[in-house]
Amino acid sequence: MSDLPLIQADRAVPPPATTTSTGGRRRRLRLLSRTDRVVITLMVLVPLLLVTGFVWLPAAATVLLSGTNWDGIGPLNEIEFVGARNYSDVVNIYPPFVPAIQHNLLWLATLFVVATPFGMFLAVLLDKELRGSRFYQTALYLPVVLSLALIGFVWQLLYSRDQGLINAVFGSSIDWYGDSNVNIWAVMVASGWRHVGYIMLLYLAGLKGVDPSLREAAAVDGASEGRTFFRVVFPVLRPINIIVLVVTVIESLRAFDLVWVVNKGRNGLELISALVTQNVVGEASRIGFGSALATIMLVVSLVFITIYLATVMRENRE
Amino acid sequence: MSVDTPVRSRKLTPMRMLLHGFLIVVSLAWLFPIAWAVLTSLRSYDYTAQNGYVSFGGWTFDNYVTAWRTAEFGQHFLNSVYITVPAVLLTLFLASSVAFVIARFSWKLNLVLLGVFTAANLLPQQALLIPLFRLFTEVPLPEFMSDSELLYDSYWGLILINVAFQCGFCVFVLSNYMKALPRDLYEAAMVDGASIWRQYWQVTMPLCRPALAALATLEVTWIYNEFFWATVLMRTGDKFPVTSSLNNLRGEFFTDNNLVSAGSVLVAIPTLVIFFMLQRHFVRGLTLGASKG
Repeated sequence: MSDLPLIQADRAVPPPATTTSTGGRRRRLRLLSRTDRVVITLMVLVPLLLVTGFVWLPAAATVLLSGTNWDGIGPLNEIEFVGARNYSDVVNIYPPFVPAIQHNLLWLATLFVVATPFGMFLAVLLDKELRGSRFYQTALYLPVVLSLALIGFVWQLLYSRDQGLINAVFGSSIDWYGDSNVNIWAVMVASGWRHVGYIMLLYLAGLKGVDPSLREAAAVDGASEGRTFFRVVFPVLRPINIIVLVVTVIESLRAFDLVWVVNKGRNGLELISALVTQNVVGEASRIGFGSALATIMLVVSLVFITIYLATVMRENRE
Repeated sequence: MSVDTPVRSRKLTPMRMLLHGFLIVVSLAWLFPIAWAVLTSLRSYDYTAQNGYVSFGGWTFDNYVTAWRTAEFGQHFLNSVYITVPAVLLTLFLASSVAFVIARFSWKLNLVLLGVFTAANLLPQQALLIPLFRLFTEVPLPEFMSDSELLYDSYWGLILINVAFQCGFCVFVLSNYMKALPRDLYEAAMVDGASIWRQYWQVTMPLCRPALAALATLEVTWIYNEFFWATVLMRTGDKFPVTSSLNNLRGEFFTDNNLVSAGSVLVAIPTLVIFFMLQRHFVRGLTLGASKG
């Protein structure tokens, strides 16, 4: 359980000004006046309380609630623990669960196999000193500044059955957003459109940080460009590769806005995030299902967040 | 990051031409959906209904006028300002103060603190929804703060949740940035007898201007674009910020794609302005988060 250390540690953090362990540190603290110590405590404590109260405690509460029969409305003192029943119910008697898992995995696979590598590929091409590189970059990451909700509307102009461009050009009459056989793909194309630009940007920054002498050395040895990239540059970029991987996983887990604006995550567009939301604010609210699903999301995301933190913190210490 | 690198004069080999050809095709394909939205928004519904969308003509600005009026964009834009401006300022203030303590002192718990903040930013929002929803409907606010008299359905609630969620990213970026500042600055400040607060506010913060500018640009875009929290934690239609008000727009403009496109372009304008005016900051902010920049 990778979530435990983070959550507990966070409760256990004492105000830093009172932290003492080594002699040197204690001496430094004595140099601080009383006001300074109060100021430091407040500087850490206020944001910490905000993040704990609005993020970590609700996250912990979600996990707890997933083991209870709370209906979301009744008083909290009537809660009973029901063990893993919510989880078995979600798997066994909640029809949208399996499609949602499938769609989330499909989403991840598509981003991972198509959009992320394509973004990386474009970054590698743009890393060469090209005339017009600025224009290409701008065009590619323009979608990154748009919200995914807005992207849903922009693509509706292409996808709509009666007024969409795709059907007008190809003479087809497919309802791209409505037909449950194709709508998940339609939505993923729109989401990939944005994801490619985002990955391109991250990766390009990583590539710019690669020591040019590495490449020159490989070129002197007569290695081809492709070989240089895979044998020399790619291994050096290990940290950024991991970051790109984690960003991809988290983005596909968080996917929500796009399906919500299309049809609130029904009829072919079920996603875990949408099911959780339906079970809280929708007509058929079932807190048990919602919190069990939310806990699944939480656990998966925390695994990857831990990988992310380990990577970036090692990077920074070097 | 996207700054032009000096172009060495190289011969235009067939490989290079192929590369340019490929990149031009991809770039145009990427711009196309936005260009199409702009194009559609400038044409009258009657004309496109009669001649189809693959046609030329029927130019008009009426869609913008109608969209602006029907969807009450003025009010929704104002709501976005009410939420985005305080949320960004508060995020930067709180995040920079934590980052300052993390960077200024080398305590063992700094890493834990950094982890607690950074990880919070990466969690899926839906995972917190159930307890938060209950919390928001329980916490009372005086009537002069919100006519809902609750954190639920109030600007305050949205500001707070956005700040709590976005703080992590800014703490991460700023603490890295501050760690790279020379330490003798503080020694000198200590000799002058400057308090911790003055060291933070008058020594560190002015030096962090580039990072703060980058983060402000990025956070304005993100909080303006935020959809989920406003969708679930707001109820009153005319209090929605503009991005989440999009969802109501679907019902009102149901059969008219030209209106939908005009509405979409209107919503996109602030982010596009940021994109073209502050591109440098935007890109720097994003990449500062991912690498040592």
